[in-house]
Amino acid sequence: MHDSSGTRARILSRLRAAPPSPAPALPDWRAPRFDAPTRLDRFRTMLEAMKAEVHEVDAADWPRRLRTLLDNRGVRAVVHGDGSDAARQLGEAWGADPQAPRLVAYDRAVEQWKGELVHGVDAGVTLAIGGIAETGTLILWPTAAEPRLMSLLPPIHVALVEEDTIRDSFAEVVREQGWAGRMPTNVVLVSGPSKTADIEQTLAFGVHGPKELIVLVLKRAGRTYAAAG
Amino acid sequence: MTVDAQPDAGAPKAGSFAERAHLALNDKPLRANFRRAMDGLMAKRAAQFPDAADLAALRARGAAIKERALARLPDLLEQLEARCAENGIRVHWAETTDEANRIVLGIFREHGVKTVVKGKSMVSEEMHLNAFLGEHGIQAIESDLGEYIIQLAGEMPSHIVMPCIHKNKGQIGALFAEHIEGQRYTEDVDELTAAARRVLRDRFAEADAGISGVNFAVAETGTLVLVENEGNGRLSTTLPPLHVAVMGIEKLVETLDDIPPLLALLPRSATGQPITTYVNMITSPRCEGEKDGPREVHLVLLDNGRTRVYADPELRETLRCIRCGACMNHCPVYARVGGHTYDAVYPGPIGKILTPQIAGLDVAGDLPHASSLCNACVEVCPVKIPIADILVRLRREAVRPSASNSVQGAAVKGAGDGWTLSESSVWAGWKWLHANPALYRLGARALALAGNLIPAGVPPLKAWTSVRSKPKFAPRTLHQLARDKGFDDA
Ligand code: SF4
Repeated sequence: MHDSSGTRARILSRLRAAPPSPAPALPDWRAPRFDAPTRLDRFRTMLEAMKAEVHEVDAADWPRRLRTLLDNRGVRAVVHGDGSDAARQLGEAWGADPQAPRLVAYDRAVEQWKGELVHGVDAGVTLAIGGIAETGTLILWPTAAEPRLMSLLPPIHVALVEEDTIRDSFAEVVREQGWAGRMPTNVVLVSGPSKTADIEQTLAFGVHGPKELIVLVLKRAGRTYAAAG
Repeated sequence: MTVDAQPDAGAPKAGSFAERAHLALNDKPLRANFRRAMDGLMAKRAAQFPDAADLAALRARGAAIKERALARLPDLLEQLEARCAENGIRVHWAETTDEANRIVLGIFREHGVKTVVKGKSMVSEEMHLNAFLGEHGIQAIESDLGEYIIQLAGEMPSHIVMPCIHKNKGQIGALFAEHIEGQRYTEDVDELTAAARRVLRDRFAEADAGISGVNFAVAETGTLVLVENEGNGRLSTTLPPLHVAVMGIEKLVETLDDIPPLLALLPRSATGQPITTYVNMITSPRCEGEKDGPREVHLVLLDNGRTRVYADPELRETLRCIRCGACMNHCPVYARVGGHTYDAVYPGPIGKILTPQIAGLDVAGDLPHASSLCNACVEVCPVKIPIADILVRLRREAVRPSASNSVQGAAVKGAGDGWTLSESSVWAGWKWLHANPALYRLGARALALAGNLIPAGVPPLKAWTSVRSKPKFAPRTLHQLARDKGFDDA
């Protein structure tokens, strides 16, 4: 066993013995802002530039729209959160239909069904807690009900995002939502499907994670560019 | 090779930069691969920063964030350690790469780990971690496509962001056909990518542990921030039951609010992307009730010479680096000779200042000379590291160590090593000549009269004239000319 505390003390004492350098004030910097109509446009354009598909759908109607999108792709099994609102809506819309993709709830620890999760599901549906217009980014805040691998293992990732949770910049989100005081186990920003440019700078998608990212922007009837303004 | 005999991080092998540069310059495909890649990367970065004033404000912010973190480094490290502990992340400290390797091995042994998937990490390259684990019966598989490719080829990364940028698709196709079962030769990028996905998918699922680096660690919250495009980093840190992260002690920022501006700088400077596909923020292992994520997370903090770099306030600026690679993308020397010519973990301009400080000027003292001081690196560095000034400082240190205000003796490891006998005799002679007016006059007159008769082929003129024309002596000395003009004290 190595002497860890000695190592720690030596490193810290060397740092403390070094001549001090001033800590400059943080110069002004502001993340970009968008007005309400351009915010959603920007969110969509940025995501599409990264090869994600973006659809604006009625909040009450999204399972039907998703069904069409997934049928076109020959999707047979969809993993969803356990006991979430989205899961309930999916169950209501697809549950009775034998032609619909099989709904698989992520209701066990990964160890108990790793094989199926890694190879046996075609798509995963998650709810993003928000979006970022500047960079075309989804904010995933995995929970016990919506575990992390749902957005990563299936070849298609479907993300639902409510329109009025889309903000201008990451800086705004972190500050205004007080993230520093309540960081979860894991939070992930997602901006497109998995990609690589390692071979001759040629973009290729789905190298390890999802090949496709489908974003459904949920709009509430009678509300346009609501709360986010 | 025994573990203890492992070279320090970035320690170059035998041979000089100049010798390797000649070889690289004669390698036409290699030059073409780099030229094409660097041109593209420069254009993409430029497109991401259309507004000079915005960029200036963002860089000023980025530089200040890192400067502030360095100013408070020991306190912040303690804060990070405490936050991580509260969150359930176990923190380890290592002074040397060997110590870091042994810590990682110890954790793996405790858990009976046999196979590991690894996300891209420059610090683990510093540690030669894969080789070390291999010697101890643990197989570490690189999961980043670029790293996987060079692992198959048995090579080192040639770029800190794009490790296999030196290879073209024909070379990669041949490599895959040779190493991947059932894979035919192809230059189709999608097919090659699919082959890697097929091979690596099962590795992720089978692995007993995952290893990653860290792009930023947040002292305020004990959060590890990892950026990547492929998802391999997320898989390596989410799917296996154990996650070990390794980071240099300088990768720290004070608050979570520091992350957005740094994120606005890093991918845009690196590859010209507005943001990477994934930004993964890890704050703790799997919690009670959660269904996935590692059950244990460990963080290894590595010194490996960084405290020595830190000891000198001018050299300390080196530690601001956020490893975006923009300096190498814009370096005329790097673009021509490629990353392997530096024969070090960190190539290009940042490598030219970091490697000699970590490995020592006696080992890597020729690297600071591999620059034309054109300042391109300084102009693009998102955190405004004065690379050119540090290069000049290191060139000076190589021959004459400055009296250092550091607590550890010489400012730079191996300083003074470049001071050769012939140099010291030339300077001693120079001093003697200038201290004796009569001698000086005699010498100057002799050179004016007969200097041009000295044949170009005699040493030490020979070395000089092999690449330059012979100096031409004026027929009259400066003193004679001055007297002609009426200066009677000349
Ligand atoms: S020195 Fe600057 S430009 Fe070079 S890698 Fe580091 S941060 Fe990027």
